[in-house]
Amino acid sequence: MKQFEPASSQTEDSVFEVTNLNVSYGRVHVLQDVSFTMGREPLGMLGRNGMGKSTLVKAITGFIPAQSGSITFGGKEILGRSPHHVNRSGIAYVPQGRRIFPSLTVHEHLTMVGAKKSDRWNVASIYDLFPRLAERRKNGGGNLSGGEQQMLAIGRALLSNPRLIVMDEPSEGLAPAVVDNLAEVFRALVGEGQAVLLIEQNLHFATELCDRILIMVNGRIAADLPAHAIAGDAEVQSKYLGVV
Amino acid sequence: MEQFLLVTLNGLTLAAVYFLVASGLTLIFGLMRVITLAHGTSYLLGGYIGYVIVRETGNWALGALGAALAVGLLGLVIHQLLIRKFQDDDMRVALITLGVALIGTDLMLATFGGTATQVAFPAALQIGVNVPGVGQYPLIRLMILGISIVVGILLSLFINRTRFGSIVRAGVDDSQMTAATGVNVRIVFGAIFFLGSALAGFAGVVGGTLFPLLPGQDGTYLLFSLVVVIVGGMGSIPGAAIGAVLVGLVSQYTLVIAPTYALVVTFALMVVVLAIRPQGIMGRAV
Repeated sequence: MKQFEPASSQTEDSVFEVTNLNVSYGRVHVLQDVSFTMGREPLGMLGRNGMGKSTLVKAITGFIPAQSGSITFGGKEILGRSPHHVNRSGIAYVPQGRRIFPSLTVHEHLTMVGAKKSDRWNVASIYDLFPRLAERRKNGGGNLSGGEQQMLAIGRALLSNPRLIVMDEPSEGLAPAVVDNLAEVFRALVGEGQAVLLIEQNLHFATELCDRILIMVNGRIAADLPAHAIAGDAEVQSKYLGVV
Repeated sequence: MEQFLLVTLNGLTLAAVYFLVASGLTLIFGLMRVITLAHGTSYLLGGYIGYVIVRETGNWALGALGAALAVGLLGLVIHQLLIRKFQDDDMRVALITLGVALIGTDLMLATFGGTATQVAFPAALQIGVNVPGVGQYPLIRLMILGISIVVGILLSLFINRTRFGSIVRAGVDDSQMTAATGVNVRIVFGAIFFLGSALAGFAGVVGGTLFPLLPGQDGTYLLFSLVVVIVGGMGSIPGAAIGAVLVGLVSQYTLVIAPTYALVVTFALMVVVLAIRPQGIMGRAV
């Protein structure tokens, strides 16, 4: 089918749009008509375990196929493309559980991506952002603390010089001080115009960093709210997130 | 004592050939987790191609490089056409490569016949050198030992010190995540298959210079390279070197001490290593 470029000048490079996305595993209909649009502002997605958040991420990154729907970035369809095509179209991925390569040193993780010296993010600027990684550059990926692994996963994603970063539960399993540190980095990135889709279970982390929050319940987008509406509303929290 | 050293040298030069074959297999089997049963066929085909090129041109190096290139390309084609789609399905890949091996064996029998041939090498090199404690020893065997060591070092540097090597190791750890960093894993795995097959082809010429090329050797070398890779640890080049030396020495020593049991003892070595260190000597625990 031929895709027509929308005539509207609203469509710029950075518009990320998911439309009526349906994903099933066998007979289980995991994602049901998921639709949302985001631009450069960071967007948070909250939901309890098993609500379909990770499935959505995997569909975006090209890890799993979808039954129907579309995912476009800057007007280009990316649904059904392989993961390296998705990456090259400007979407980088910080996976749940970090997925650091145990056989590679810190430095090798960064050099393998192949960023150019003239890019905004290159190996040197990642070391500036995370001095801790520079100290541990010769360490194997398996010998890093959770916080260091998370820095490395973010650094690895940034080196693709993406226009959108998808982060899947970055605060999971990290000590509170490390989460604060992560939040600082997040704000710095957003401050320079980096678009981020943040998938989280940590309500406070997400509502502090994103002004707009989507809530996913049973594979559907159940609510699209400003962060303050969730942060201060115990009723909303217990209704969608089971937070008491 | 003299005999001991002589047998040791024989074992090491045999190990040099085993290492070349097994290094290709450890890349394909260990890094890509693709069980290729056509690896011995690549070895024998490489030997025959080298034999023909050397016969026509008289240039041994050209024969070795030509065989490596031809077998590497053939391996790449087989990977792209037959294996790639089923890469995660071990049983299918094993059956497909077994089929390729059977067809290859018969085609080679039809083309090159069932009698032994050997790759010729320059008369200037057909001399013995004096090795202290051993006496006269064929120069060509020592040269092949040297070639094998150089290839091993180059391979290690390639896997451990280059960006491509990092990508290969990352791809083995987590191919999905590697793809998500923008790497076309298909091309990387194709390149590894090329390299692994080319090494087998190269090994065929080297082995075919020392020993006769015969139908049936494809199976023998497949078996021995599997033993070497399992003993040394899948995916490790130093492991393949250690495994090759162990298998080469053990088989040569037992040939002298108890010739009847040479093969049995080689497999006993594998059993012992597997019992003590199931991941192989240099292998990483999964």
